[in-house]
Amino acid sequence: MVEHRPIVTLISHLVLIFGVAIIAFPIWITFVASTHEAARMVQIPLPLLPGDQFFKNLEQTLFKGLEGAGAPPVGFMMVNSLIMALMIAGGKIAISLISAFAIVYFKFPFRMGFFWMIFITLMLPVEVRILPTFEVVANLGMLNTYWGLSIPLIASATATFMFRQVFLTIPDELLEAARIDGAGPMRFFIDILVPLSRTNIAALFVILFIYGWNQYLWPLLVTTDQSMYTVVMGIKQMLEAAEQSPDWHQIMMTSLLAMLPPVFVVVFMQRLFVKGLTETEK
Amino acid sequence: MAEIHLRQVGKSYGEVEVLQGIDWKIGDGEFVVIVGPSGCGKSTLLRMIAGLESITQGEISIGDRVVNDLEPAERDIAMVFQNYALYPHMSVYNNMAYGLKIRGIPKDEIERRVKQTAEILEIGDYLTRAPRQLSGGQRQRVAMGRAIVREPSVFLFDEPLSNLDAKLRVQMRLEIKKLQQRLGITSVYVTHDQVEAMTLGHRLMVLNGGHVEQLGTPIELYERPLTKFVAGFIGSPSMNFLEAKMSEDGSKAHFTGGNSLELPAHLSGHGDRRVSVGMRPEHLLLDENGSNTASATVHVVEHLGADTLVHGTFGNDDGPELVVRLDGIKTIGQDEVLTLSIDPNNIHLFDPDSGKRLNT
Ligand SMILES: Nc1ncnc2c1ncn2[C@@H]1O[C@H](COP(=O)(O)OP(=O)(O)O)[C@@H](O)[C@H]1O
Ligand SMILES: [Mg+2]
Repeated sequence: MVEHRPIVTLISHLVLIFGVAIIAFPIWITFVASTHEAARMVQIPLPLLPGDQFFKNLEQTLFKGLEGAGAPPVGFMMVNSLIMALMIAGGKIAISLISAFAIVYFKFPFRMGFFWMIFITLMLPVEVRILPTFEVVANLGMLNTYWGLSIPLIASATATFMFRQVFLTIPDELLEAARIDGAGPMRFFIDILVPLSRTNIAALFVILFIYGWNQYLWPLLVTTDQSMYTVVMGIKQMLEAAEQSPDWHQIMMTSLLAMLPPVFVVVFMQRLFVKGLTETEK
Repeated sequence: MAEIHLRQVGKSYGEVEVLQGIDWKIGDGEFVVIVGPSGCGKSTLLRMIAGLESITQGEISIGDRVVNDLEPAERDIAMVFQNYALYPHMSVYNNMAYGLKIRGIPKDEIERRVKQTAEILEIGDYLTRAPRQLSGGQRQRVAMGRAIVREPSVFLFDEPLSNLDAKLRVQMRLEIKKLQQRLGITSVYVTHDQVEAMTLGHRLMVLNGGHVEQLGTPIELYERPLTKFVAGFIGSPSMNFLEAKMSEDGSKAHFTGGNSLELPAHLSGHGDRRVSVGMRPEHLLLDENGSNTASATVHVVEHLGADTLVHGTFGNDDGPELVVRLDGIKTIGQDEVLTLSIDPNNIHLFDPDSGKRLNT
């Protein structure tokens, strides 16, 4: 149903603008706060227009860290976050591709049993199994390591499921043609299945990268060493670390910085998978 | 190049037997066609030769090797699939080169072979394109190219033309035939289309419900079908089968509808029984002066230009249904009564119950 009455157009625009404002306003405030001095941020009313301290704050936050708190520079935490998010996204994709490959293309005893076991892990996100997982990670000596940060988050039933569906849409004849061409299972996997799943891999990467980047509870638990802090938990630490009133200009700058990598990934990968989607044909 | 030898080959999926007791020796360089209705097991048999299905009974050898336990890649075969099964993410060149790369053939040799094959098939201009950028006919050629470039000793085709439109199908059919003649590689071709089977094969295997109905050259199958099934399957329009009662001395057949026909001389000894009389539409002639004549009542006339198809009943309106194919354009009205003649040697007799041929 397409309406062409001006009043309807006006109302729908107002609703949409209102929606956008609700989402954009906090980000604007964050930005504004990151451009003022610490002193300005504790005065009422809070500023609504940007100040002139943006680059000074940026440099301070990125390279020196919170004044007097002894926290590592935010740039450092961002590198930690990046490594963790990439390990989680990459690990999840690799493991899920291989498990889906096994489940779809191989006949082995209890195949469906394994499939359901993977399925059941959907009911066990980190938050539910956090104590035993912590115990295992601690016993393996992985506290304060990148492995400890990422490995417990890598197993993914959702991604396995998705790749299973993707593989099921690939015609059997393709496997047969590859067998006649002499490709063994691993060659078929690498030369044919993975390239044919690339759009799905791209889409999943976006989702999983953001999932990894936004992890809060788990990093908080397994990192005690400041050199392993991630940026998301770093923001929270900053709020608590300062004994006087929080350094809002730096905290907001950190938030702003923490938002950027996911934005980059979405913007960059979006082009990639739209391109991929339009040229997909199986 | 190689012979293919099937010895008592059978296939069952659990309890279900889909192929039984298939024995066939396919000569070196021969082009054979496996033909039959959908679901009769043609693809299964071909895929057993390819190594894509396990062989549950019997033995298959290619050349002088028994291949029962060999992987498809070790059987020295190449296969063209109905949906072409081209790798969608690879260029035409890579599609053709992939199997060669895996076999470790040097790059310049691969390039030479792909270029040469592409030239034979006239796809040289598309080598850098992806399969999705090609038309159906071009994809078909690439699929053939992928098979040819490997220089196998056996080609296997599983209904390779079914996805093309009618005109292209006729053209590609001819090209496949020429190509096979030129390369002289043993080929097994599966189709449900009897015209394809008749035009392509040196020899045919007619399969029905998992068993062999008849083996033979196209002409043998046409002239002397051993069963009613083969008789009805080969030829278009299909053979007419008319129930009749044979005279005591076996020289004549009497039909409901009032007609009687003389039967071939070497058919005595079956006297006084019910038979199914087979007559091809093109063997019934519009000839009042013929020696062996009968009448037919016209219901519908179809003009195809080169010939005219007459649908009607044999004898009066109570007689069995009949199709007659007359040469050229004939003006015939509805309800007209025609006088048809047929050479007794063109009459096929089948047992109405078992479907087996009675006249030798
Ligand atoms: N994997 C399978 N399990 C059970 N029955 C099968 C299987 N594959 C094929 N069949 C049966 O085998 C018969 C022959 O199939 P197929 O060779 O594909 O026939 P077609 O002559 O049409 O190519 C069919 O009746 C089909 O139902
Ligand atoms: Mg088939």
